[in-house]
Amino acid sequence: MSTDTAVTTDLVRLSGVTCAYDATPVIEDVDLTIEAGDFIGVVGPSGSGKSTLLRAISGSIDPVRGSVERKGVRFGFVPQLETVNWDFPVTVSQCVLMARTRPLRKFWPSRGERVAERERLHDVLDRLGIGEFADRHIRALSGGQQQRMFLARALMTDADVLLLDEPTSGLDVKTRHEVLHLLDELRRSGLAVIITTHDLNGIAAHLPNVVCLNKRVVAAGTPAQVLTSVNLEATYGSPMEVLQHAGMPVVVDAAPEFHLLTGTDPAPVEPTASRN
Amino acid sequence: MLAITIDELLRPYEFEFFRNGVIVATVAGALCGLIGCYVVLRSMSYIGHGLSHSIFGGFAFASLIGINVFIGAGAWGLATALLIASITRRRPIGSDAAIGVVTTASFALGLAMVQVWGSAGTDADAALFGSILGVSTADVYLILAVTIATVATIIISYRRMLFVTFDPEVAEVSGVRVSVTDAVLMLLLAASILVTMNVLGVTLIAAALVVPAVVARLLTSSFTSMLVIATVVGAITGVVGMNLSYHLDIASGPVIVLVGAALFIAAFILSGVRGRAGLKGLAHAH
Repeated sequence: MSTDTAVTTDLVRLSGVTCAYDATPVIEDVDLTIEAGDFIGVVGPSGSGKSTLLRAISGSIDPVRGSVERKGVRFGFVPQLETVNWDFPVTVSQCVLMARTRPLRKFWPSRGERVAERERLHDVLDRLGIGEFADRHIRALSGGQQQRMFLARALMTDADVLLLDEPTSGLDVKTRHEVLHLLDELRRSGLAVIITTHDLNGIAAHLPNVVCLNKRVVAAGTPAQVLTSVNLEATYGSPMEVLQHAGMPVVVDAAPEFHLLTGTDPAPVEPTASRN
Repeated sequence: MLAITIDELLRPYEFEFFRNGVIVATVAGALCGLIGCYVVLRSMSYIGHGLSHSIFGGFAFASLIGINVFIGAGAWGLATALLIASITRRRPIGSDAAIGVVTTASFALGLAMVQVWGSAGTDADAALFGSILGVSTADVYLILAVTIATVATIIISYRRMLFVTFDPEVAEVSGVRVSVTDAVLMLLLAASILVTMNVLGVTLIAAALVVPAVVARLLTSSFTSMLVIATVVGAITGVVGMNLSYHLDIASGPVIVLVGAALFIAAFILSGVRGRAGLKGLAHAH
């Protein structure tokens, strides 16, 4: 990942991108370069433009200023689970296969093509650990399994870049770790993976790159470089302590309300990260 | 006794208009059931309702100036859809409100035109409430052509249409041209309404679009099965409704819709029984 637009080995490059809804800018002057094998977490408060940034990357929203270069890149998108119509009558395999749209001239595939496609479907589902649920209705899956199902659908598009909108939202700690591990495996196989999240400590533990966004890019780099008290306060508008644990930054909410609510000081730990 | 009953039941089939009516109603029911799955799953029921009403304005206008009713009503329906889109885009008005205003105005205009100038050569009552008397051999060929085109389009674009129906935003990101798929769906919907107008009547077409799809949804959680069940349910409502319409001497549209409503009640009860049985099974398993 780079915010330096001079890099040329990129899959997607955003240069000075501003996107707006009803003339109100949602993201402003964003520079971002995405390369194969990138694993980037985009963090920021609600309304900071995280989802809009994903839309700008994928091309589902056009910038009002700046430019986005995509060199024949295919995108796989994993939506927020909260936005999905879970009453829709589709099974897991139907949901995953809907992304395998065919050219109109090949609307009636040969038997060999159909067999190959079914094999690929089962390979992807097995790889993601949901092979046994292929014929279940999508609502009959747990939250982690639902994430994996949409991940399988994104993988079936032969995507170069995976975009995931809050993939760890609403998941328990174990499932969250499993999903992030899985995404890390995928990016090691050469995919670029971009996620939005509120899980600061999860990305500190699993992701090599972080972008702090609050309409503009506040900071970008490794978690150690980016997750500092100053950057987080600039991003969220609220004080946060950053501790160090096993060489990783650990973010602690240091809101003054804590004192008012408990009448005590926050836990007596020594911050080792310097405010910069 | 049984022979007499069967004889009575088969008697209307001696008439060509009735045979044509049954064919058209069966195919129309199947067509509306099939396209209705997309209408229901995309929460477009109100558009189906509105579009059928607005097309009546086109029907009246086409009758008045003496052009082909299908071409005139089709063009009118398209103009109405564009007007709704334009109003929604330029003013802070929801699409449901815009549909309410434009389509009811179009329907009212149609009623006014028919009252003042009549509907030369065409039966306004048949267009409003449906009638087997209004069905000609040409209608049979027309509805068969639209049905074949619709089935072919759905087979060819099956995954695209499913993807856009389920998740349009992700479909767009994944390379599906959502606007084109939407336009094709609207075209199929408008064509289906046009060719079924004579049998079902514009006031009741929305029910033929919605009821079979809802019945199918109550009976299955698979999209492919829903398409098949809704098509079969639509065809059953058509054939049963037409026969009842003849024997009860009631307009075909209301009877077809009432047969659909009866099937809905049966499916509603059946799905409730199956749901309770499933919960019991879970309780025993634990």
